[in-house]
Amino acid sequence: MDFFILSLIKAAIIAFVLLTTLAYLQWIERKVIAHIQLRVGPYRVGPHGLLQPLADVVKLITKEGVVPSHVNKVFYLMAPFVAVALALISIAVIPFGPQITIGPVTTWMQLTDLNVGILFVLAVSSVGVYGVALGGWASNNKYALLGGLRSSAQMISYELPLALAVASPLLLANTLSFREMVNYQSGYWLGFIPRWNVWPEILGFVVFLIAAFAETNRVPFDLPEAENELVAGFHVEYSSMKFAAFFMAEYANMVTVTAVATLLFLGGWQPPFPEPYSDFVPILIFAAAGVVALYHGLHPARRMDKFTFPATGLLFLGIAVIFGVSLLVPVLKTILMALFWFCGKLGILLFLFIWVRATLPRFRYDQLMRFAWTFLFPLSMVNLLITGLIVALSSK
Amino acid sequence: MTALIFFLFASIAVFCGISLVTQTHPIASALSLIGVMGSLAILYLQLGGEFIAAAQVIVYAGAIMVLFVFVIMLLNAGAEGTSLQMSNFAKYAGIFVLAAFLGLISFVIQAMLPKTEGVVFGAFQGGTALNIGRKLFTTYLLPFEVTSVLILIAILGAMVLARREI
Amino acid sequence: MPTSVPVSWYLILSAILFGLGVAGFIYRRNIITVFMSIELMLNAVNLTFITFSYTLKQVDGHIFSFFVMVVAAAEAAVGLAIILTVFKNRETLMIDDVSSMKY
Repeated sequence: MDFFILSLIKAAIIAFVLLTTLAYLQWIERKVIAHIQLRVGPYRVGPHGLLQPLADVVKLITKEGVVPSHVNKVFYLMAPFVAVALALISIAVIPFGPQITIGPVTTWMQLTDLNVGILFVLAVSSVGVYGVALGGWASNNKYALLGGLRSSAQMISYELPLALAVASPLLLANTLSFREMVNYQSGYWLGFIPRWNVWPEILGFVVFLIAAFAETNRVPFDLPEAENELVAGFHVEYSSMKFAAFFMAEYANMVTVTAVATLLFLGGWQPPFPEPYSDFVPILIFAAAGVVALYHGLHPARRMDKFTFPATGLLFLGIAVIFGVSLLVPVLKTILMALFWFCGKLGILLFLFIWVRATLPRFRYDQLMRFAWTFLFPLSMVNLLITGLIVALSSK
Repeated sequence: MTALIFFLFASIAVFCGISLVTQTHPIASALSLIGVMGSLAILYLQLGGEFIAAAQVIVYAGAIMVLFVFVIMLLNAGAEGTSLQMSNFAKYAGIFVLAAFLGLISFVIQAMLPKTEGVVFGAFQGGTALNIGRKLFTTYLLPFEVTSVLILIAILGAMVLARREI
Repeated sequence: MPTSVPVSWYLILSAILFGLGVAGFIYRRNIITVFMSIELMLNAVNLTFITFSYTLKQVDGHIFSFFVMVVAAAEAAVGLAIILTVFKNRETLMIDDVSSMKY
């Protein structure tokens, strides 16, 4: 029975943190894209636009939900629900850290570990195509139908290079569960180079990232859902909460796919250099960020920053103090260090997603499909063949 | 617990199967078939076939059924008209009577058969990817190669048949 | 409600699904629905294979089931291409209307 209660507590924590992260991921995206384009982004709603996601949620909830006439009501209402549910389910097998012992309870920082965990994530992303296809078809609108068909054809075409790029680290680690995969990547060569899968599998990592961009319908592959192409594609007839559901599903897919990339290629929660030295990295980073924020708070460029920059500086210094204190408490140290490295790598990959969105133009649809079938799929197969050859020759 | 999961997903599978056969719109039939495949994947998990359950969802529900849904959307297949001229009462009462009759017959037959063992979740640990891969590439290597040639023929056939005549 | 389910109930479920597939194959007129009833029959057979693999404690049933899935995928691809060709030439999806070679 305490297995159920423990799982319920973990599920509640993960759901709460994930939903907050999805809302603030949109804030981060708007700010980063704005600063790349030399403007400010959301600025007025709360200090530096921090309450903008809250305002967006209130707007989307209170907007009038227009259901067009002659739509197939059952599928129209079911499609965003399916998209969101499947996007949130696949977080269940992602491990955030190693085994921890809080009081009498010993548990992993993971909701559940399937020994076919990687296949579970692939299966959920395969079935997630239906949310898009049904949403486009049920809208009784030829542009939505075309957008939905194009988007689902794109998603199933890029599933193949994704699965083959995933298969190469599986060959190296000889396991299908995420926990074992991260344990395989522990340890260091020559004492300081981490045994991450990205060093032997750099081609697989690049192929996985490109296929991940296409799977989540992000730029440069977002032709089926861009606002100025095909009248915003498959979600043109959706308003208020159902549109918010599609949006949330896209961001949740992004988080899932970057988490899988971190676990398979970048070593999960393992630090990049050995233990005693890597404990000081979070303290140094947050202390440096706090000092920089306090320095800029002395001569702020805008009137509001006389208050917000010192406040942010003190907040970062407080986090650095928490990390410093946790070095003395072993349980807290394990949790905080694992979360710091995992979320750090996740954040770098998400920043890469947002950076690419602000920089690259989008592919035309036939260029997109040709790229998948004539370039990415043979490349991932060659990668798998070379990996298999090396594994077969080196394991006598 | 095992019995609860079995009854829940078996009834979902039978319900979706009946809905597949009786719905008028092909898209509703396609979604019912996806429901059948999903509940069968859970039953495979109970019987220890974890790799086959994942393969069922990835290949069957996630690729083959997407192909079906594409073709239905492309051909704009509408709801077919019903040709049965029965009254509503006859249809619903008939289904119920048929189901009750089949249930009674199967219960009677099953009570006369010798007792079989119960299914215990976790009693068969051999359905891992390791075992399947081992058997697939040693004992069943010839069927494996033959099916890869079969898929190649199917790809070529589908491309030739669905090609646009220029 | 017994705490464990006898293996024969899985086989009964498989027989029920196979019977439903046969009923759909015989009674439906839309060609795509007929095709989906065939897929339902193949799924029922997969369940039988996995059940017997559990009973005999061998993994060969899983491999047979895997081959059934592969053959179903190939058959779905070619069958749907044929359906597209029939639709292009006859403009109809009802199998009763594709009867020009009848006596």
